[in-house]
Amino acid sequence: MHDKTLAELARGLAAGDFSSRELTSSLLERIKRHDGALNSFITVTGEQALKEADAADALRQKGEAGILSGLPLAYKDIFCTEGVRTSAGSKMLDNFIAPYNATVVEKLRHAGTVSLGKTNMDEFAMGSSNENSYYGPVKNPWNPTLVPGGSSGGSAAAVAAGLVPAALGTDTGGSIRQPAAFCGITGLKPTYGRVSRYGMIAYASSLDQAGPMARTAEDCAMLMNAMAGHDARDSTSVSRHVPDYTQGLDKPLNGLKIGLPVEYFGEGLSPEVETAVREAVRVYESLGAQVIDVSLPHTSMAIPAYYVIAPAEASSNLSRFDGVRFGHRCDDPADLEDLYKRTRAEGFGDEVKRRILIGTHTLSEGFFDAYYRKAQQIRRLIRQDFLDAFTRVDVLMGPAAPTTAFELGAKADPVQMYLQDIYTIAINLAGIPGISVPAGLVDNRPVGLQILGPHFGEAHLLNVAHVYQQATDWHQRRPEIKE
Amino acid sequence: MQWEVVIGLEVHVQLSTCSKIFSGASTAFGAEPNTQACGIDLGLPGTLPVLNENAVAMAVRFGLAINAEIPEYSVFERKNYFYPDLPKGYQTSQMAHPVVGRGEVDITLGDGTVKTVRIHHAHLEEDAGKSLHEDYSGMTGIDLNRAGTPLLEIVSEPDMHSAEEASAYIRAIHAIVTYLGISDGNMAEGSMRCDVNVSLRPKGQEKLGTRAEIKNVNSFRFVERAIAFEIERQSEILEEGGVVIQETRLYNPDLDETRSMRTKEEANDYRYFPCPDLLPLMLDEAYVEHQRSLLPELPSEKRQRFVESLGLSTYDADVLTGSRALAEYFEAVQQHCGDAKLAANWVQGDLLGRLNRDGLDITESPVSAEQLGGLLMRLADDTINGKAAKQVFADLWECKGETADEIIDARGLKQVTDTGAIESLCDQVIADNPVQVTQYREATEDKRGKMIGFFVGQVMKASRGTANPPQVNAMLKEKLDALL
Repeated sequence: MHDKTLAELARGLAAGDFSSRELTSSLLERIKRHDGALNSFITVTGEQALKEADAADALRQKGEAGILSGLPLAYKDIFCTEGVRTSAGSKMLDNFIAPYNATVVEKLRHAGTVSLGKTNMDEFAMGSSNENSYYGPVKNPWNPTLVPGGSSGGSAAAVAAGLVPAALGTDTGGSIRQPAAFCGITGLKPTYGRVSRYGMIAYASSLDQAGPMARTAEDCAMLMNAMAGHDARDSTSVSRHVPDYTQGLDKPLNGLKIGLPVEYFGEGLSPEVETAVREAVRVYESLGAQVIDVSLPHTSMAIPAYYVIAPAEASSNLSRFDGVRFGHRCDDPADLEDLYKRTRAEGFGDEVKRRILIGTHTLSEGFFDAYYRKAQQIRRLIRQDFLDAFTRVDVLMGPAAPTTAFELGAKADPVQMYLQDIYTIAINLAGIPGISVPAGLVDNRPVGLQILGPHFGEAHLLNVAHVYQQATDWHQRRPEIKE
Repeated sequence: MQWEVVIGLEVHVQLSTCSKIFSGASTAFGAEPNTQACGIDLGLPGTLPVLNENAVAMAVRFGLAINAEIPEYSVFERKNYFYPDLPKGYQTSQMAHPVVGRGEVDITLGDGTVKTVRIHHAHLEEDAGKSLHEDYSGMTGIDLNRAGTPLLEIVSEPDMHSAEEASAYIRAIHAIVTYLGISDGNMAEGSMRCDVNVSLRPKGQEKLGTRAEIKNVNSFRFVERAIAFEIERQSEILEEGGVVIQETRLYNPDLDETRSMRTKEEANDYRYFPCPDLLPLMLDEAYVEHQRSLLPELPSEKRQRFVESLGLSTYDADVLTGSRALAEYFEAVQQHCGDAKLAANWVQGDLLGRLNRDGLDITESPVSAEQLGGLLMRLADDTINGKAAKQVFADLWECKGETADEIIDARGLKQVTDTGAIESLCDQVIADNPVQVTQYREATEDKRGKMIGFFVGQVMKASRGTANPPQVNAMLKEKLDALL
């Protein structure tokens, strides 16, 4: 059962081939057997999962089951889940039991899904390799010496290893698409505002976006149907009709205009990744698509702009972790200042501290105009680049990451690590949707093809990804896991 | 040297919305600590703010009341600093693009002159919680009931030049916000508090002197006292050739002095930036016009109407429009008795005097506007005289009757206007006081006017105060002059 897609499992449940309890317990068994080596989960909620599975089975017996009823999934540990530890991968929140559910969690629960637990992640979603977790690094199921990508690396690894058919991730600068690429799964970052951020622990509020991570575009579409939509509790969520993302997945791609941003095929891109991506593009051409070279002239400024805006927002968002109301508090503080200093020194890891310091600096008097304001101007230019490109083409395609998964510990220099997100970051700055689909293997390491669309174009992106997955079998490749 | 005082005020007004500015938690005053703080107010991870539309509407109505521009676009920003009662580590406020732009407020000074104070802007923000230092033996308790309460911060230009002007200014702001019903203006409960900026400069100098900011002053009187103290302190420093340092000070009402809280060097860098959780606030013309249509009559309009249609003096109009409750009380009295001047005199004199003496607010008056109006009606139609009216008022105050008429009847205070009865009383008094009659006859013309008072007094006494004094006066004059 662990090899099946969400859609296949849904059919199996509907046909009565197996119950949700059977499916859930078999996956819990599998997690028990394999997650020790992978470290993809921070918390497994087995008992609760079985209860939810039983409830779903009961509902099905009464004939009231929905499409997602009884399907297991897992949440990146950044989504608040009532009564369950929600750590954001940080020592700071190691003792934090969320008293409420995030809106997406609520929606997926309402749809009848079963939560197996909370997946590992880079602390507060800061990282591109999942080496920044307080709970230790996640291993890539394709090869345990490799990183799974970050920061939703736990979700990506769990899905790739068949521990769970789908998981939720969040993407602030590529944190769904890059680990999806490294682990050979499909990950969608929706348009900013399409999915509620309420209950998602904030890293950089103007960039954070929740999205589905699964084996196929079709599975992502099924999850999006339940996740998307306006939430009155999130002022930045958009009030706009939610289409049925599973409709129109098979629409033929005749006449599809694909733009290849020249900036995404330049220096720094590994030749093998380039070959795989260009091969994928040729598949699209064979399906009737037309390919044009386009330019996104401000691409080179995306990483600098991101590393001003994201840390600025993070420095403020993470101020609430002060040891006063919840989370870690240092022992025996001498006074208030000591409480703040030691709590935060002990609770946060190095990368989080680094970004808080960068953000505090760029927002401070005398630097604000030179950094923050300038970065916002660049952000507008980057967004305009995409808007201009989408007047000429329907979608953009390129690599999701410049290389395949790298070795654990290989990138000790933070700036080298930041360059991992060179093809994903601009998308967050622009707020447009992007999807990464498996498009090849290089030395048994997955390659991700990234497909980008205009704001609220995720239904089309899913269609473009799905048709490719009907024509290829990269998404069916599985890492070898010793049983 | 001659010094000029320059004063600017930042008034924080707590808006009387039912729920907080970014959450659904209640804003009621006086609840058990931490019972009115939801996850958003506690800054729980993952929670997000949603703007309370009513707070925006109230801010806009304030802006319209002071003739301010209402920008189409305003932005909420985060003001970042650490404090235990600031749950998120930042206060959501407005800086670069506030909801209310430039406006102006007229203030009336003691000598009746009216002066215009310019408003720089007014912005919306959330309040912080409260740190409780007592009862925790060396520890600090945190109450977050107040966290997230909507505040409107009204920032004036440095247009005031005396404690009196500053005081008149806050009274004017108080009147406006209470008229609009956007705040209860209760300073004791912290619904209105202000930061006062005071600096001195040599008379005639354009450039402002170095200012001290006095934080969180919470009564009209304390504002005047704190400013007086600051003027004294700063002028002493300057007279001795010293330099005033820029600092934040606190006013201590017990010692009646200000003391330093922090200097500029210690001040925070708040690292303001637009809050990414809240979209810019867009207000179109239709919205603003709708809010305008909801405005009640404002103090300045009321004042003008009291002078123009009711014939009150500007002084009376000013006092009576000091608060919405007082103005409404006066109007009710006036409508009841039909005599604006009489109503104005009684409300300002007997009523306010008595309320002040008993430490009561107009809303707590034991004598209702209807009761006072009923009393004044009897005074106006000559049923009773002024002296009796005072007795009736005292009885109403002591709740000795529901209406003035009941008291007048019960105590037999009805004025005697029957000419026959008055005439016999006058005759009796003249007969009983031959010595005084002789003196009257022998007095010069101009002295007689005063001497007649004696006879009037005797007649009034004989009538137990119920005789109509002008009538008595006229009749006595006639009778005594006939004896000349």
